[in-house]
Amino acid sequence: MTGEPERGWIDAALADELPELSLWTVVAGTPPARRSPPEVRQRLGSLASRFRGAEAVELRRRPVPHAYRVFFRQIGMDPDDQRTPVEEAAMRRLMHGGFESQGTLEDALLLAVVETGVPMWALDDATLDGPLGLRAARAGEQRPRADGFADDLPPGRLVVADAAGPVAVLFGEPDAKHAVTKQTHQVRLFTLQVAGVPDIHVEEALWTALDAGWPR
Amino acid sequence: MVLIDAESGAHLRPLPGGLRHPLYSQDLALGYVAAPDERAARRTLREQIARLEAQLADCVASSLSAKAAVPFAVAGAHGPRVLGIAELERVRDDLADRLAEARQALTQRGLEQERARVRLERMLLAPGEHKFARVAAAELGEGGCGVYQVRPRLGLIGMLAGWWHVKLSSGCPLAT
Repeated sequence: MTGEPERGWIDAALADELPELSLWTVVAGTPPARRSPPEVRQRLGSLASRFRGAEAVELRRRPVPHAYRVFFRQIGMDPDDQRTPVEEAAMRRLMHGGFESQGTLEDALLLAVVETGVPMWALDDATLDGPLGLRAARAGEQRPRADGFADDLPPGRLVVADAAGPVAVLFGEPDAKHAVTKQTHQVRLFTLQVAGVPDIHVEEALWTALDAGWPR
Repeated sequence: MVLIDAESGAHLRPLPGGLRHPLYSQDLALGYVAAPDERAARRTLREQIARLEAQLADCVASSLSAKAAVPFAVAGAHGPRVLGIAELERVRDDLADRLAEARQALTQRGLEQERARVRLERMLLAPGEHKFARVAAAELGEGGCGVYQVRPRLGLIGMLAGWWHVKLSSGCPLAT
């Protein structure tokens, strides 16, 4: 059953430094069917036809994608090296000649980011300990990998975390332990709002993903 | 020089005795001068980065229509993390450098296109004075592989009679 979007917590020091940064979460429900319904694939097709090379370059001037580019710069990331999610989607579109359907959940997240410019990620709700929030990584924290080993997180790295520890590095894919798998019973979506992105765009992104993945 | 109390914001008026004024000795002894607010400085730097990024994005988008390659790569700073003043300054300075280079490249490209347009206009005005001169459409910032060339009408006859005109060849050569 789909819940209402909620704002996550932000560490006080981080909120002081980046007051317009916020995290939104929503419990989406049971994982959708593996194969995307025809209407979602059709939507991806029509989106791909509106998304050409010139559009990809122009993206960086549009307000919402621009806001994420600026935020990348401000937190020490190079958006031309590690692309913002919407630019990454645009690049994939150019490389593959279209938006290939990867499954309902992935397609729902892709539709949200391409239509609104706001990135979205999915987590296995059962693996999370309480509400999600944003903070800097502490000394000694690690990211578990799928192969059983773990990578050290440099202190200060910005992470999405729950009460138990980091769940994902900011703008990175969720850690293997929290990723949606076949065993997942409930999916939780989250998104990041940065300075220059109005609330309405974030809500639109959440509803776009929910509408595509969990139609009512 | 105007001196301001760091805590109260009140203006300090020195007596003719200059630094011997009791207020100054009190300032130094009690540490009235607070540590600079680095957060405000970081906020300002972030705003500057946002403005520079917007201007660089404009340059990159303009370069697409001008068919010019502009430098735009600016290295990150091992993020994502909250950057300190020195790192933010480095990002800002790199962006400013890249923006200056991009603007210079665009200006240079604009000048080259302007020169090519002038050459084409002269060819059109007096083809006989620019025999076999060529201006590629790409030099004008246009797409395609067309080339404007001054050629004689009717081949050898036109060459002997002095009948010259500008022809635009069309199409790109076939890939071999």
